[in-house]
Amino acid sequence: MIRTKLSEAFISLAQSNINYSLGLNTQLTKETLCQRTGELCVMRAYFERQQYLIDYALAALLRRKARNLGLLLVYTLLVFLFASVLLLSQGLRREAAILLQDAPEMIVQRLVAGRHDVLPAVELETLRRIRGVGEVRGRLWGYYYDPVTKANYTVMAAPERNLSNDRMLIGIALSRVRQVGVGDVLSLRAADGTPALFRIAGVLESTSELLSADLVLVSAAAFRTLFQMPPDQYTDATLTVRNPREASLIAQKISLALPASRPLLRTEILRTYHAVFDWREGITFLCLAPLLLAFLVLAWDKAAGLSPEEKREIGILKAIGWETGDILRMKLWESALLSLTAFLIGYLLAWWQVFYAGGRLFTPVLKGWSVLYPDFRLTPAVGLAQILVLLAVTTLPYMVATLIPGWRAAITDPDAAMRG
Amino acid sequence: MLITPAIIALHLITAGVTGTVVLAGGFAVQILRSWDIHSGSELQIRLERQTYLISTLLGFALCAELLSLVLFVHTAENLSSQFVGAMCATGVLNVNAFGFPSLLLKIAVFFLAALWLLLNGVDQRGYDYPLVRLKYWLLLAIAPLTVAEAMAQTVYFLRLEPEVITSCCGSLFGGQQGVAAELASLPAKPTIILFYTMGGAMLVLGWAFRRGLALGLLFAAGNVLLFGVALAAIIGFLSLYVYENPHHHCPFCLLKAGYDYLGYALYLALFAAVASGLGAGLLAPFRHIPSLQAVIPVTIQRLTWTTLSGLGLFYALATWLILRSNLVLLG
Repeated sequence: MIRTKLSEAFISLAQSNINYSLGLNTQLTKETLCQRTGELCVMRAYFERQQYLIDYALAALLRRKARNLGLLLVYTLLVFLFASVLLLSQGLRREAAILLQDAPEMIVQRLVAGRHDVLPAVELETLRRIRGVGEVRGRLWGYYYDPVTKANYTVMAAPERNLSNDRMLIGIALSRVRQVGVGDVLSLRAADGTPALFRIAGVLESTSELLSADLVLVSAAAFRTLFQMPPDQYTDATLTVRNPREASLIAQKISLALPASRPLLRTEILRTYHAVFDWREGITFLCLAPLLLAFLVLAWDKAAGLSPEEKREIGILKAIGWETGDILRMKLWESALLSLTAFLIGYLLAWWQVFYAGGRLFTPVLKGWSVLYPDFRLTPAVGLAQILVLLAVTTLPYMVATLIPGWRAAITDPDAAMRG
Repeated sequence: MLITPAIIALHLITAGVTGTVVLAGGFAVQILRSWDIHSGSELQIRLERQTYLISTLLGFALCAELLSLVLFVHTAENLSSQFVGAMCATGVLNVNAFGFPSLLLKIAVFFLAALWLLLNGVDQRGYDYPLVRLKYWLLLAIAPLTVAEAMAQTVYFLRLEPEVITSCCGSLFGGQQGVAAELASLPAKPTIILFYTMGGAMLVLGWAFRRGLALGLLFAAGNVLLFGVALAAIIGFLSLYVYENPHHHCPFCLLKAGYDYLGYALYLALFAAVASGLGAGLLAPFRHIPSLQAVIPVTIQRLTWTTLSGLGLFYALATWLILRSNLVLLG
């Protein structure tokens, strides 16, 4: 059995070698011809030589299927993990940027002892008087803890929806968790302990789930009744700025006019989102670093532990005229082919996992968590910089880690190698 | 300090490159001391064997250096949203004193590395390795630069504090003093004339160099000069045409998505052209070495062709950018 295997290996080896030698001969003939026909010939001969080396490397990889398949699996898993982190955080960053496009340019909150407090309606007038400020609107919103689902809902007054005082609109996640739909009645407990009954007038559509998952929209009067908020108070205020380039200047003016307030700029919020996602992504990468190290040790070990059969193979190749450089190049092609396959499979799997399977793997780490977390799909996108980072983190170290064992194999003397 | 995957990847690449080059530097010392191609001693055979490893390792390291240059600029560009006052890579590189030195060192290492790889490629095709000493001397010159680059980059990223308010490209290229401001204030018409004259001169020189290899050093010097003129042209007038704004001179904003990443195409063409032109010119003096007589002319023809194609692409792109722009700078 072993003998048959060995002879098969040698037949394939001999065939590849004939091809390769043919390649070398062709190159020699072509180099002579090139003196007459010029530059393109040398290039073609060079590519043909690489093609024969690739052929040989591929045959060599296939001859040791079991070993290489194991390595390929681990390598693919590694690329998959790193690529998942990168694709997921890039998707989340994009999503945050798209959502914030429609957010108000500035939010003004009132602070008492460093904590967020309600904003008196009279301060809206002060804001309107600042030059450069466009429209100012007081917002009513808050959190409602529901002991039934053990989750917080975001309750918001939506005057533009013209809801009557006993009607509400709810988010899709809330409708799912409480198992209620249009026409059902939902009871909330008001701040004074009395039950407040609302009939559900509609469920917010799922396209805006990131915003509306846990959202409850009611009328302003119903909101004030529910939270016992006096009519001359708002949660905070949103304002538009006539010239967006002056936003930071207007924020300074607001801080002077209302010293106990905190203006929040949309650009600042976006900057914070970027910083948070970058940081989480970086930390997850660092957590995966030991895995990378372990993989590199494995790859080194696999590449260094040549079987007697492989040693014999290299010995024969050198005896029939292969140079050290050729063997080294062949070994490099082996690593490159394995890397390319693992990279492609790993990246595609990560792509599928993040964009089509909900990205469950790193979601809690990168997105955060909540009882009523929105279920949304990210928009697929490829970034060249991402691929460069991935190549630098996975493929480059692997190629270098297998290079030294490959070189050790390549410099072995043919007679020593063939004797084993 | 900021932790992002790109920064981690850059640290990884730089550590790998520096480690490899320092290791190779140690080996270079040994080669410079004991290399004797006519000897059959065990040491000489060991050294010959090690050259395979070192040149392959350096090939990887230097390709990684190119990757690191692109990634570094892209990362700086990407981080610009996180620094108050930064609008592009300029602001982020200006956050502390180590940003621009890191970039300049990376560019220097890139050109020297390209030169080393070309020397190595030619040397390995000569049966007696005639350039072995020269290339390892060059390696000894590259090694301290990579160490300096690694240190500058590490300190730069460690001191990257998002609280720092930096200055945008407008204040660097629109100021009154400094090289950047001088370049930005170049008068448009003479700079455009110089830019195209230089292109024409290089075309003629390239054509002459392909016929008479004695012009090698002149061709190399021409490439260095062209690199300077091209950068001055980008800052002086090309950027104005792209942004369609007579006061915006930034060479980094070209890399933004808003300008279709045009900068990458421009810079990659320019860098590739200049690196191969420099290599071709500096290889020419070695064409008389017997074992390289067949190799060097073919290599030079190929490199000169790459230089002229790269420059053709760069000039074509620049001309297209000027023609499609709505800005009227002359007339």
